[in-house]
Amino acid sequence: MTAVVTAPDDGAVAQPAQFTSLAIKTVGLTRRFGNHVAVNGVDLEVPRGSVFGFLGPNGSGKTTTIRLLLGLMSPHAGSVEVLGGAIPARAAEVLTGVGTLVEGPAFHPYLSGRDNLRRLDAFDASTDPRTSNRRVALALDRVGLTAAARKNYRRYSLGMKQRLGIAAALLRPRELLILDEPTNGLDPQGTREVRTLIRELAADGTTVLVSSHLLAEIEQVATHVGIMSAGRLLRQGSLADVLQNANTQLRVETTQPDDALRVLGSLGLEVSEQGPGYLLAGMRELTADRVNAALVNAGVPVHGLRVERPALEDFFVQLTGEGFDVVR
Amino acid sequence: MSSVDTVLAPGVDIATAPRYHGVLARQLRSELRLVFRRRRNVAMLIVLGAVPIFIGTAVKLATPRPGDGGPAFIGQLTNNGLFLAFTALTICLPVFLPLAVAVVCGDAIAGEANTGTLRYLLTVPVSRTRLLVVKGLGALAYMAAAIALVAVVGMLTGLALFGSHGVTLLSGDTIPFASGLGRAVGVAIFVFVDLLGLAALAFFLSTLTEVPIGAMAGTVALVIAFAVLDSVPQLGSFRGILLTHHWLDFGDLLRSSYSITSLAHSLLVPVAYTAIFGSAAWARLTSADITS
Repeated sequence: MTAVVTAPDDGAVAQPAQFTSLAIKTVGLTRRFGNHVAVNGVDLEVPRGSVFGFLGPNGSGKTTTIRLLLGLMSPHAGSVEVLGGAIPARAAEVLTGVGTLVEGPAFHPYLSGRDNLRRLDAFDASTDPRTSNRRVALALDRVGLTAAARKNYRRYSLGMKQRLGIAAALLRPRELLILDEPTNGLDPQGTREVRTLIRELAADGTTVLVSSHLLAEIEQVATHVGIMSAGRLLRQGSLADVLQNANTQLRVETTQPDDALRVLGSLGLEVSEQGPGYLLAGMRELTADRVNAALVNAGVPVHGLRVERPALEDFFVQLTGEGFDVVR
Repeated sequence: MSSVDTVLAPGVDIATAPRYHGVLARQLRSELRLVFRRRRNVAMLIVLGAVPIFIGTAVKLATPRPGDGGPAFIGQLTNNGLFLAFTALTICLPVFLPLAVAVVCGDAIAGEANTGTLRYLLTVPVSRTRLLVVKGLGALAYMAAAIALVAVVGMLTGLALFGSHGVTLLSGDTIPFASGLGRAVGVAIFVFVDLLGLAALAFFLSTLTEVPIGAMAGTVALVIAFAVLDSVPQLGSFRGILLTHHWLDFGDLLRSSYSITSLAHSLLVPVAYTAIFGSAAWARLTSADITS
């Protein structure tokens, strides 16, 4: 691991030495629905201890991949290993260490939030029945549902349902959490809480795979990302590495943009945008100081020089396309 | 893609995680709570329990004269309270009990798939075979409760309205009350096995769909189809393989001499249905993709 992931000021700290083994590994994972290849030769590698942002437009195969990871579906080709155990063969042992939220929460509408959690816990052969009530209460408390514990699930708001789904994933200590769109339907406070929760869990050493459309959210918590489009995994790796490969741009501020344009052209750089007093050019392999030296040597006054990495969202759109249409 | 040098972690400690005793009992308790607390299921039990009370009251108010028509049982009712239990079971067997079985068993898997709870149960994780066993035992407990309720309410109502003297059988002999009670238990067991075949059928349908009402309606439709086919004499011996053909054979238990062999023979069909559709439900659930 060479790239050091820089932590945002409020916290997701990632030690470079950490990500040496994998919590999830798929090889050539493929799943078709009729003629449509929903998941196409995906080699997903989620390092232990990472917060892995699993991204992709609607219909890109994220949820199908997650279903394959959990043994809910069987692949047509390829293999899945979760926490070192093959899926689906060893699913019954391995999945005790995995907390899940797949395609939204789902509970019995006529049971209270608490009774729903008790039911899930009762089915878990690996938990101590004597601590069940306490763990249920703790999980509810952790997502702020204690006051609504006795309310019927069908009377929960969308955000409360989502919280209960997260509580179910936290009924026992987990090594891995697979959270599909965990902030769906949550208000800004709820979204923030989920982000904090993910950070807390990650700090305890839990690996978190989180899929989301809210890329700004992901950018704040993720140490790693994987980007799916049309069933293929286009990019994966640490957030810094993935964005490094992205289209980094150099912004040159000068009073003589036409001269600067000529110099940049002679360096082989393509100018993508020119405005009053500034130029934007793709960086290629050049460093900013080399470009600066060339400009100064040519007598172009440089008022400012800035390397602009695209936000995850821009990079995401670059990779997966601008359109609103579902890719099939 | 990344520069991370990755190796899979050596064996997880999960295999050595503690296992607790009484897991099946715990799962079953949870399932029974779900089945018996559901208002719809409670309502069906109330209706079933009301049937013998309704019949008993009606008979008490208008005692039928011999030769009035109706099932042979009705005439015997006034002789002894125990007969109300038999009568109630006979009346409930063609429609009311199959309906209750269709609703509870048809809902078993399809209902969990419909609410989406199936995927969360399986990722708990619970093995699919175990889930089928727990859901199956829960549904069978409900079925047993429904049959017992009809029989017990029938008996108590009968005793209250008609007394508990010796039981006069259909063949005309009179046996003591205690052995009458034994025969009542025999009838209840016979009815249970009858319905077991239907329960397996409903369970299989329940694994095929995510729409519980589909599995329920399918089961009821099959019961009706069996009854219709059974009423076509031209079908001859083919009718013997219809699930409902031997359903009412328990009437033999109400004659002075009955043959265990022939009763067992009558139960072969429901037992075969149970084996075939129980296995089919297992094969389907353990191999299906869970897309709900």
